[in-house]
This record gives sequence, structure tokens and C-alpha cells, in this order.
Amino acid sequence: MSIFAFPQLSLRFLPIWRRHWLVWKKIAAPSILGHLADPVIYMLGLGYGLGSLLPEMGGMSYMAFLAAGTVCYSTMNSASFEALYSGFARMHEQRTWEAILNTPVGLDDVVLSEILWAATKSLMSGTAVLVVIWVLGLSHSLMSLWMIPLALLIGLAFASIGLIMTALAPAYDFFMYYFTLIITPMMLLCGVFFPVTQLPESMQVVASLLPLTHAIDLARPLMNGDIPPQTLLHIGVLLAYTLVAFYVSLVLFRRRLSR
Amino acid sequence: MNPVIQAIGLQKSYGGHRVVDGLDLSIRKGECFGLLGPNGAGKTTTLRMLLGLIAPDAGRAMLLDLPVPQAAREARIRVGVVPQMDNLDPDFTVAENLLVYGRYFGMKDSEVEARIPSLLEFASLTSKRDAKVPTLSGGMKRRLTLARALVNDPDVIFLDEPTTGLDPQARHLIWQRLRALTQQGKTLLLTTHFMDEAERLCHRLAVMDNGKLISQGSPRELIEQNIEPQVVEVFGETSGQWASEHAAHYAQRFEVSGESVFCYVRDAQPLVAHLQAQTALRYLHRPANLEDVFLKLTGREMRE
Repeated sequence: MSIFAFPQLSLRFLPIWRRHWLVWKKIAAPSILGHLADPVIYMLGLGYGLGSLLPEMGGMSYMAFLAAGTVCYSTMNSASFEALYSGFARMHEQRTWEAILNTPVGLDDVVLSEILWAATKSLMSGTAVLVVIWVLGLSHSLMSLWMIPLALLIGLAFASIGLIMTALAPAYDFFMYYFTLIITPMMLLCGVFFPVTQLPESMQVVASLLPLTHAIDLARPLMNGDIPPQTLLHIGVLLAYTLVAFYVSLVLFRRRLSR
Repeated sequence: MNPVIQAIGLQKSYGGHRVVDGLDLSIRKGECFGLLGPNGAGKTTTLRMLLGLIAPDAGRAMLLDLPVPQAAREARIRVGVVPQMDNLDPDFTVAENLLVYGRYFGMKDSEVEARIPSLLEFASLTSKRDAKVPTLSGGMKRRLTLARALVNDPDVIFLDEPTTGLDPQARHLIWQRLRALTQQGKTLLLTTHFMDEAERLCHRLAVMDNGKLISQGSPRELIEQNIEPQVVEVFGETSGQWASEHAAHYAQRFEVSGESVFCYVRDAQPLVAHLQAQTALRYLHRPANLEDVFLKLTGREMRE
């Protein structure tokens, strides 16, 4: 089979997903705390701190503006950390993949399970932040329930992109490049803290190509109870990132593990 | 009856270096077959091709009458693997490792759970059922890895250096279990560089070097075909001088390694009688073993 072959997908990913779930259940409490602490501190710190200086942003209170961005970037982060650090541990450090590949389960199933599991983590962290937002009264609309499937979609996109890095990584240090050069710029350019329209036009063009921008363009109206403009475009971009990155990462993993 | 594992002209290169070079192998049902060779001889690559984990550049492989890697998935349903390095799940208990692994074979939880007590008993781990993997000793981890390889009740078991890094007690326990498996009619393919392990366990052996099979047969046949039946090892500061003056007279073949001289002879009596008179030298007379064959075939110099 060529390394470029079409992905062979099956339900065999399910026992691997269940393995990850069983591991997660054992560390659920610290994990949930981890999902919540960072984004909630950012949201409250910046929300109260900057919010007191800014009367409103994008037609809403700064805290509410920040809430939508926070859900998106925390889902991005949890999928990225899972796909990079935990994925690399399973592939390289613990040799979990090697053990699985000695069974009838194939590499395509393993990679699919990694993406679906990282997206599951996104779903959990996105939902956790969402609950805090509801409790704080920062979103009153039922439309905000759409954030739950959106968190899954954001997770799928960033898990797939992150796995490309995992497939290329010689060691953990390598992931610093990705976080410094890709994830942090996205957090600052894609409209988490301020509207993308504040950027110079050339940077707006760059931002419009990045997946997090499209996630936030969907999230902010939903949190506010509106139907997002150009919904299909944004969903399409996130799906395209997912599918292309999944295929690229799969090809790279096939190459890496064929030695 | 068809062989259970078959390789015909297998070939694999990495970066221009031919790791496996035209390998033919045929392993019968119920056999314990040992693949010997120095580090880098191509043993692990051979196992990976026979398992269908990597595709050969040339040649073909059959596993349980199925072509691999094409039908590797179907074949591996009936295969167990003990890898060279432990890859147990460190987050899980002993029993959870077995349960989770059984699921990869499509087994229902109830099916695996029904097998767990007998697997734990086989691995002498019954009392460790709920222990976490990091708390186990090296020998226990190996036994758990072996039990995990049996979770699907395989017909064929691949073992890549199953006892490397274990103490003698732990090795003997593993050997006992592997013998029990061959008695149950399972086919075993193992790699090792412990000659005593190969001699005790394997019905047939193949010695590999530089990607090629250089000799094949039962342990006894390998010794008979490749080497004189008796070995006299001579030690002492003056052994080198002794060797240059006398060894050729008494021995069909001899090798000097540091302060030891290995004399390979058909009849050891004249040499032993001569050595008894040499007070400055010590000697050891013993029958030739597999290690002698191995060193003759693959040389004494270091490989790494």
C-alpha cells in the first residue's frame, strides 16, 4: 500500500478511543480543573481589568466579547496539547501505538482515534468554559448551545493540524515552534481579544486564512443569539482544514512508521 | 501441510543499506523457531515484515496461509506479539491492560474478562491483578506482556528478545512458560542473542548476519555441521605464546581472544594431557555449544 493511499477508515478506532477515555477517567478531576483554570482566569482578569476601561466592544460588554473568544481558544489549546504532547507520548515515549499496531488495528485507525480523542478533549473543555459563561450570565441565548458542536469541529481541525507536527517531531522540544509560531499568533490575530477589523488590512488578510478566525466568526454571533453571517463558509473552512490536515498527517505517519 | 510462516526472497533496504537480503524461511506448525544474529543483523526487520507491519522491497511473506502485508489484518487476528521493549499501558492495572488489549482484537469485554484469570495464572500474576504497571518488576512486566500476547488465544506467537534485561530467575520462568506454549501446539518465532536460550527452547534455529541467513538447523545439527565437537579453552598470561608454539599441533582450529585461546578439536585427549603438564596455564575442556557456532559464523569482533 502506498503511503498516499486513501485513508482506510473503520470502527476499529473505537477500542482505542475507549482506551484514551479509560485513562482520562483516572485523572478526570485535575484534567477538568486544567480545562477551566487557564481560560477562566484570562476571561475574568482581562474582562474585569480591560472591561472597566472599555465601555463596549463589537456591540456587547467586553466580558461577553471575550467569552466567545475564550471558548474558541481554549478548545484550540486542548486539542493541540492532546494531539502534540499526549499523542507524541503515545506514539514515541510509551510505544502505545506499537502495541496497538501489532493487533488487527491499523495505523489509519490509530490516527483517526487520536483526532477524535483530541476533539473529545476540546468538546469537554469548550463545554466546561461554556458552563462558566452561562453561570456568570455572559450569554443568555439558547443559540449558545450551538457552541457545543462548534467546539467539536474546532477540536477536529486543530487535532488534525497538530498531528502533522506530531508526525514530524523528533522530540518534545519541537512543539515549542508550533506553539510560538502558530498557536500564539493565532490567539492574538484571530479576534479573541479584539475584533480582527482593528488590524491593518494586510494582517486582516492573513487572519482570514487562519482557522481560529473562522471559529470565532461563528462563535461570537452564536453567543449573542444571532445567526452567524456566512455560516457555511466558516464551517467549510474548518472542515477543509480538518480533512486536508488529517490526510497530510496520515501520510507523514505512514512514512515515519514504515521504518 | 503448509508452513505457518514463510518467507521467500525477502528483501528490505533503508537508505541504501540492505538490512534484509534475500531471506528464505519456512516455519512449521508447533515449532519453536529461533532467529539468532548479532545486533543489526536484520532480525527485527525480518519479524516486522513477517508480521506485515512493513512491506518488503522484494520477495513475499505468508503468515498462516495469508499473504502479508496484503492480508496482515486477517492474519494478525490469530497472532500474538511480545515486542523487544515493553509497551504496556502505564496508566492501567494489570487486568485493565489485558481488557483493553483484547478489545483491539474485536473481543467483547465479557470474553476478555472470562480469559483474564487463566492468563494471570499462566503469567503468575494472579495476586497482581489490580496492581498498576509501574509498580511491577521487570520480570512481571515481561510476563504481563506475554499474557497480553495470548489474550486472543493466538496460533502463532512472535517474540522479539523475550528475556533481554531479565535476571536468571525471571528468565527461567519465561522459558518454562514458552515451553508450555509449544506443548500446547502453538508456533513460536523468537529472536535472541542468548545462545543458552536458543539451545534450550528452539526446535530449529537460523543464524542471520548482514541480512542473510548463514546457517539453519536444529541446535545439534548446527553444532555438528559447523564446528568440531570439543572445545578446550586455555587461559593465562603466557597463553598467547603457548598458542603460537603449540596450538596448531593439537587443535584443528584455534582462536586467540585476549588472554584466552579457544581450541576446537575432534579428540581432546592429547591436548588435555599436554596442558596438564603446563603449570602456568589453566584450561577448561567442554563440548562445543551454540555460542561457539555463533562466534565462528558471525566473527568475534564487536558490531556497534
